[in-house]
Parts: sequence; structure tokens; C-alpha cells
Amino acid sequence: MNEMFAGWPLLSIVTFMPTAGALLILLARMSQRGDNAGYDNGVKLLALIVTIATFFMSLFAFAAFQWDAPGFQLQEDIPWAFGASYAMGVDQLAMSLLLLTTFLTPLCILASWSIEKQVSSYMVLFLLLETLMIGVFCAQDIVLFYLFFEGGLIPMFILIGVWGGERRVYAAFKFFLYTLLGSLLMLVAIVAMIVMARAAGIENPSNIQGLTEFAAQGGFSPDIQIWLWLAFFASFAVKMPMWPVHTWLPDAHVEAPTAASVVLAAILLKMGGYGFLRFSLPMFPDASHFFTPLVFVLSVIAIVYASLVAFRQLDMKKLIAYSSVAHMGFVTMGIFAGNEQGIQGAIFQMLSHGIISGALFLCVGVVYDRMHTREIAFYGGLVHRMPVYAAIFLLFTMGNVGLPGTSGFPGEILTMVGAFQVNAWVAAGAALGVIFSAAYALTLYRKVAFGVIENPKLDGIADLDAREWITFIPLIIATLVMGLAPSYVLDFTSISAEAIANAYAGAAP
Amino acid sequence: MNAPLVDLTNSLPLARPELLLAGFALIAVVLGAWFKDRAFLALSVLGVVALLGAGGLAILFQPGAPVEILQGAMVVDGVGVFAKALIALSAAATLALGADHFVRTDEQRFEFPIVVVLAVLGMFVMVSAQDLISLYLGVELQSLSAYVLAAWRRDDSRSSEAGLKYFVLSAISSGLLLFGSSFVYGFTGSIRFDAIAAAIGEGAGGVGLIFGIVLMLCALGFKMSAAPFHMWTPDVYEGAPTPVTAFFAAAPKVAAVALMARVLYEPFAGLEDQWRQVVAALSAISMVWGSIGALLQTNLKRLMAYSSIANMGFVLMGLASGVAQGPVASLIYLALYLPANIGVFALILAMRRNNQPVETVADLAGLAQKRPWMAAMFTMLLFSIAGVPPFAGFIGKLLVFSAAVETGLVWLAIVGGVAAVIAAAYYLRVLASIWFAPSTAQLQPASGTIAITATVMAALTFPVLVLALGALQTWAEAAVRSSF
Repeated sequence: MNEMFAGWPLLSIVTFMPTAGALLILLARMSQRGDNAGYDNGVKLLALIVTIATFFMSLFAFAAFQWDAPGFQLQEDIPWAFGASYAMGVDQLAMSLLLLTTFLTPLCILASWSIEKQVSSYMVLFLLLETLMIGVFCAQDIVLFYLFFEGGLIPMFILIGVWGGERRVYAAFKFFLYTLLGSLLMLVAIVAMIVMARAAGIENPSNIQGLTEFAAQGGFSPDIQIWLWLAFFASFAVKMPMWPVHTWLPDAHVEAPTAASVVLAAILLKMGGYGFLRFSLPMFPDASHFFTPLVFVLSVIAIVYASLVAFRQLDMKKLIAYSSVAHMGFVTMGIFAGNEQGIQGAIFQMLSHGIISGALFLCVGVVYDRMHTREIAFYGGLVHRMPVYAAIFLLFTMGNVGLPGTSGFPGEILTMVGAFQVNAWVAAGAALGVIFSAAYALTLYRKVAFGVIENPKLDGIADLDAREWITFIPLIIATLVMGLAPSYVLDFTSISAEAIANAYAGAAP
Repeated sequence: MNAPLVDLTNSLPLARPELLLAGFALIAVVLGAWFKDRAFLALSVLGVVALLGAGGLAILFQPGAPVEILQGAMVVDGVGVFAKALIALSAAATLALGADHFVRTDEQRFEFPIVVVLAVLGMFVMVSAQDLISLYLGVELQSLSAYVLAAWRRDDSRSSEAGLKYFVLSAISSGLLLFGSSFVYGFTGSIRFDAIAAAIGEGAGGVGLIFGIVLMLCALGFKMSAAPFHMWTPDVYEGAPTPVTAFFAAAPKVAAVALMARVLYEPFAGLEDQWRQVVAALSAISMVWGSIGALLQTNLKRLMAYSSIANMGFVLMGLASGVAQGPVASLIYLALYLPANIGVFALILAMRRNNQPVETVADLAGLAQKRPWMAAMFTMLLFSIAGVPPFAGFIGKLLVFSAAVETGLVWLAIVGGVAAVIAAAYYLRVLASIWFAPSTAQLQPASGTIAITATVMAALTFPVLVLALGALQTWAEAAVRSSF
């Protein structure tokens, strides 16, 4: 396999395949006027094929990837301007998130089959979004990273605003401006880092690897690290999102169309965690140590507070959105524990949350497509009409709770093990959150699935159709495999996690 | 210095671009007087050709090292050529748009291309000025033409008001420029930039010189519509006919910025610590005020006026930085910003209903459903102006931030970051109207000229200029290194 793709720019192919698909749709659109249903279905099918092809391409990239070798692989480097370059490369951390992205996007396209308004624009934007998301994880140049990181806002803004719910315009603005403010502070910090590295005579000052090495040699003094860390934190904490800058997330989630919610929860939120692991810990170890108590406090507040808030939600999507905030609390806690278990747990939790929260949003989407409401009180007794749906929903609810055997469990336990070694109280607080999560998730499930059907409108509701089956099966498999045999994933990500943790421990004051 | 006649014969070949423009203007006046308004279209086409030719000549006959011409009144150097190329291209694009517009509205007055070319001639003089007199001459030639253009629709009260307002306020700034120049002359004993720089190097000056510099900076700030000297901008942008506004928003900015760069880095290079505070303050106020002021605008042209104020703030951020980074960043910023700006104005020109221009944000409602291509281009162009990656405008912002941080003006970069977020809000408001609002207006299809211009400009913002950034960098760096 390695020989077969030797010399191919695999990462670029994976990244820009969706863009090529988007151009294809545009060309098809130009050649035909009017939008009849058959044509729209053709566009959807084309998008599906492109995303599936991208997934297979990413599998090829995975096959060409030496899974036990540390550092960046599959590197590409084309000089650009001002010292920046088009540099791509992935390590195990990035590879796992890349696979998550390409795995979920076809499912999102399938879940978007019910879209009827401006289908071509929707699919074009979705494919562009996929390119930008993949790019974030593949970029090995900090400017290129920022380009992808920030560019993702544009398609998401339009997706929420055009195909979203009632308060979609408000949600789209809030999403965009909130994240932009954080990101621009990070941009100033990025510029400052490049300037410093260039002044120190680093050859390619915007390369992530170069910057990490520069930082490891003490290139950024502890005082400067504080400011740089804060600027990066402003961006990643919003993206994550951490309490108290999480308020954009429930709005965006509730108003976004199903597939955009899935992408938002499953992939965009992971960029925050990825950023912490890629930049904050390796490049600003002193500042990370300094701010660890702050992050711990915010994480525990997020876990406990968001769980309690989730408990009181009337809207299914909002409930899941708050549960995302809580689960992301585990991720930040694990990352800043700084030891191998914590980081391993954080990565695993990110992957698992990507699958489970994505699946939960799809579950909401299924009933929303039928009934056009997400109000919890509207439903009840769905198990009688939709037994298969109820079973699947139960599996993912259990995953969300962190039941052993599902993928939700290893991540939570590992982050808590990691945090326990640093501060037992933090782990205890997080454990409290696990209990709360059972409370809200099971309550949601009870209210929606169990009981008798009281709402006459639900009498005719149909169970899953073939398309929805196909959407859920890969997610079910992934949840169970990751839950029952987490070592497949953990062995793979441990190489990155170990490197990050060792470097962090080595730089500790 | 050579004997006058020798100097003249040596100079003229290097002044080819200016001679071409002046020649066109003189011949076109005669032709226009003969054929009257029937000649409008032909003269406009010739004007576009002349502008492109002037830009081409400037690039083609660029000397390796700076050469002073006309007894040292002007210089032909890298920065000048870079600016001339930008000016010629953007003026040609806007002249084409304007001619197309006036043909459709049946306001074919043959003077239009002539006045535009004369304004460009003024700008060419501005960007190659090498003493205070040619500086003033260039500024005035450009400004006088601009007053006429602003009041182009003389029967329309808004246009007349715009012209008058522009004239009165601009005359005051010209007065400031002269007043400041006289101080500079008085305290350094010369009008020539190199002699002024030498005098400053020997310790000439004091408060009087600083006073003169500040007055000159205020006047130049007025010409480039930097806050707090921006008051005329929204009114003139709104009142002037849209093609004229498109012209104002592009070429004169380049001229003013290039001139400002020349003034700062040539005669006053020795007083960097003094003027840096002024320029940084101008930059910060422009960015913040341009961003806040636009938030409540409903008229697209007013909104673009505030947007240009804010963007001039970003350009000034580059100029406030040291010579190593600043001018390159500012020049590239302009080169990346202008296409997007021209593209947006092309699309504004395209918004017509019953042959009447529509120019409020609400008029764009539902564009995405009716004309997805135009909506897509609008989106690209606006995000480029807003500086959101991956579009070209983002790279401009990155460069000026980088220049500011390298000079130690981190606070200015942070102010710029915050201002960019505020500014994003109103660009998003326009985009929300385009994408999210239900369609209301029946818009007429865009003309070929508009469609081509907008497409080219959108393609420039992404991906052409992004990919060609390396070449642009090489050019701008070589230009700045050879000039300052």
C-alpha cells in the first residue's frame, strides 16, 4: 500500500476532493436551468458520491500512514509567500480527527436528503465546509491552519442562516461574530509568534513543527507565553466551547439544520481541543501550567453547570447542545491534566463525542423531519410506533451517559484518571457530572420514547426508512467497536498523546 | 543638475505614461468638442485603452534604479510604478463600468472619460512627487477633477450637494497642505524631499517643523478619507453617481497612500518617532470609527464609504510601521483590497429595477435565490473586504498586523482585530440580506461589462491573488527597497 501511493499528495487530494465535487455541482448547475426534483436528487447523489470517495481517499491516506511512527507524516510543502508555505502533514492525533471528518460527512449528506430549498447551494457549501474542516487537521503551517480554521465560518454561517430554524439569522450572527472575535485575537498572537521566530532566525517561522521546536528551546519567554496562551485560549475556548463563552452553541445548534448541527457538534467543536493539543500545550508549556487551575475550574463548572442546565431544557436539540458543553468539559480537563491518560482520554472523548453527539442530532433530525418540532413535551411513547428508532436512540443515549461498552465510557474514565493524578477534587467534580449526565439523558429518553402516546399527531409516525437505516448503521458500529475494543483507537492515538505529554512534562517548570 | 533643455530631453522618455494621459485628454477634448456626446462611447473606450497603456508603459519602461526627472520635481521609481499600475488598472475598470452605466442611463456626456483621465494624471504626479510643489500640483489636479465628477449629475440635488461639500471641505484640506508645506519649507530651507531629509538629518526643525508635518498629515489624511478627517466621505459616496463613487473608492486611495508613504519615508524618515504617533492614531481612529459608523447604515454606498474609511485605517497601520515592513504591507494590502472593492461596486451598479438604481441593503433581499452567481460573488468580495480567510483581503490584514507587531505596535494590531470583528457585523448584515431574507425585488439582469468585471474581481480575490502572492511580494519588496 505504501508503495502504491508513494509520492502522491494524498492529504491535498483528500482535502480538495470535496471542492472538486462542489465545482462539479456548479458546472452541472450552469448547464441546466430551473430546479426540478429529479435534478435536485442528482445533486444530492453527486455530493454523496464525492464525500464517500473522499472517505475512501482518506482511508488510502491512512493506509499509507505509518501508524506507529511519531511526528508528522505524508508531508507536503510548497513555499508560498512571506515565509509561510502550503505545508500539509498529519500525526496520529490529526489523522484520527481527519478520519472522523471524512467518516461523518457522507452521513451528513444522507441526513440532508430532506432539504428542498436551494439544494445545489446547500451541497456546494457543505462540500466546501468539508474541505475547510479537513484542511484544519492537515495544515502544518500555522497561517494555513488559520486560513482553514477561520474559513469554515463562512459556509457554516450561510448554512445556519438559510436552512436553519426560526431564529436562524440571530443564531448565525452570534455564531460568526463570537468565533471571529476569539480568532482575531489568536491571529495577532500568531503574527507575534511568527515575528519572534523570524527574528530568532528560524528557517520557516510559520511551520508548526518549526514553531514547536523553537518553543521547546525556550523561544517564548514565560511572560510572553502568558499573553500568547490567552490569545489562543480566546479562540479555542469559544470554539470548544467552554463555560462561560459557550452561549453561542445552544443557539447555533437549535437553529442549524440537522446536518449542520452534526458537523458543528462532531467536528467544529473538536477544532478547539485540537488547537489546545497542537498549540497551547506544546508551544506554551509554562503558561499552560500557570493556567491549569483556571482551566480545571472552568471545566468542572462546564461539566456540572451545563449538565444541570441540560436537565431543564424543553427542546431536544438544546438539551444535546448543553450536554456537548459538558462533554467538552471532560476534554479540556483531560488535556490540561497534561499526563498521558488525560490526553489520551481527551482525544478519545473527542472522537467518541463526535460520533455519539452526531448520532443524537441525527436521532432528533429523524423525528423532526416527521413532526417538525423538537419540543420534548410533544413526543412520548415513541417506542410503540418506532421500536427500531427507540432502540437506536437508546444506544446513543447510553453512549452519551458513558455506559461501559459504548464509546462514551473510555474517554470519560481516562480523563478522570488523568485529572485525578493532578487534582483529586477536580476529578470528583467531574464524576458528579457523570451522574448528572445520566439524569438528563435518561429523562430525555423516558419522556420521548416511553409512556403511552398521548399526542394524537404521533399516531401515524413511521419508523426508520432505508436511508435512515444506512445513516445509522456505521455510527452504531463505530460506537460499539470503540466501546468494546477501545485499544484499537487508543494504541493509535497513544503515539501522539505520549509525545505531547512527554514534551509537556519535560518543559514543566 | 543638467542644463534645462538636456534635462527635458532626458526626462520626457521617462514621463511616457503621463504624456500619454495628457495627450489623450487634450485630443479627446478636441474630438469631444467636434462630435459632442456622440463620441462618448468611443472616447470612453479610448480612455480605458489610454489608462491601460499608461500603466503598461510605466511597468515596461521602469528604470532599474530611481531616476529623477524634470529638474528633480518628480521621480520614477519602484513604488511609483507599483502605484501607477494599480491606479491605472482600477481606474480603467471603473471607467469601463461608468461608461457602461451612463450608456444604459442615457447620460452620455463626453467629458466623463476626459475628467477621469485628468484625475488619473493628477494621481500619477502625486505618486511620483519629489518636492512639495509637484506634490501640491498632483493633489490639486486630482482633487479638482474629483469635484467635477462628484457633481456630475448637476440636475440632481444630491449630486450637486456632494460636489459642493467635497469642494469646500477639500479646499480647506488643500489649505492645510499648503500651510504645512510652508512650515516645512521655512524650517528646513528647501522644497525638495532629499534636501528636507538632509536638513532634518543635520538637526533642522523643532516644533515648527513638527507643526508643518502634522498639518500635512492631516491634509493627506483628508484626501485618503482617514478618520477624523472622513466627514465628507459618506455624503460624497452617497450623493455622487455610483460609477463615480466606484472610481473614488479605488484609484485615489492608491495615490493618497503612495503619496503618504513617500512623504513619511522620504523627507521625514528621520522623524519617524514623531510622526508614528500621529499615523498610528489616525489608523486606530479610522479602523474603529469606520467600523462603528457603518453599523447603522442602510444605504450600500454609505456603508461602503465607512468600509473604505476602516480599510484606510488598516493601510495606515502598515504605514505607521517601520520602513522594513510597513510600506510593503500597505501596498500589498491595497493591491488585495481594491479588486474586491471594485467588484462590490460593479455589483451595486448591477442592482437595477425598472432602470432605476437600487442601493439599500434591503434591496438585496433574496438575491441568493434569484441570482446565485451574483450572490456567490458578492459573498466572496465582501468577505475579502472584511478580511475573512481564505480570501485575499485576509492576507492584507495579516501583513499589516505583522508589520505593526514587528514595529512594537501590538496595541494597534489588537485595536485592528477588534475593529475587524465590529466591521464583520455589517458585512454580515449585507450578506444576511442577500442570503437569508426572502426575495422582494425583481432585479434586472446585469450587463456584460458588469458581469465580466465582477467575475474577474471575484476571481482575483480568490484564488488568483492568493496564489500569486509570492510574485506580488517580490514586486512590492523590490519596489520599496529601491525607493525608500
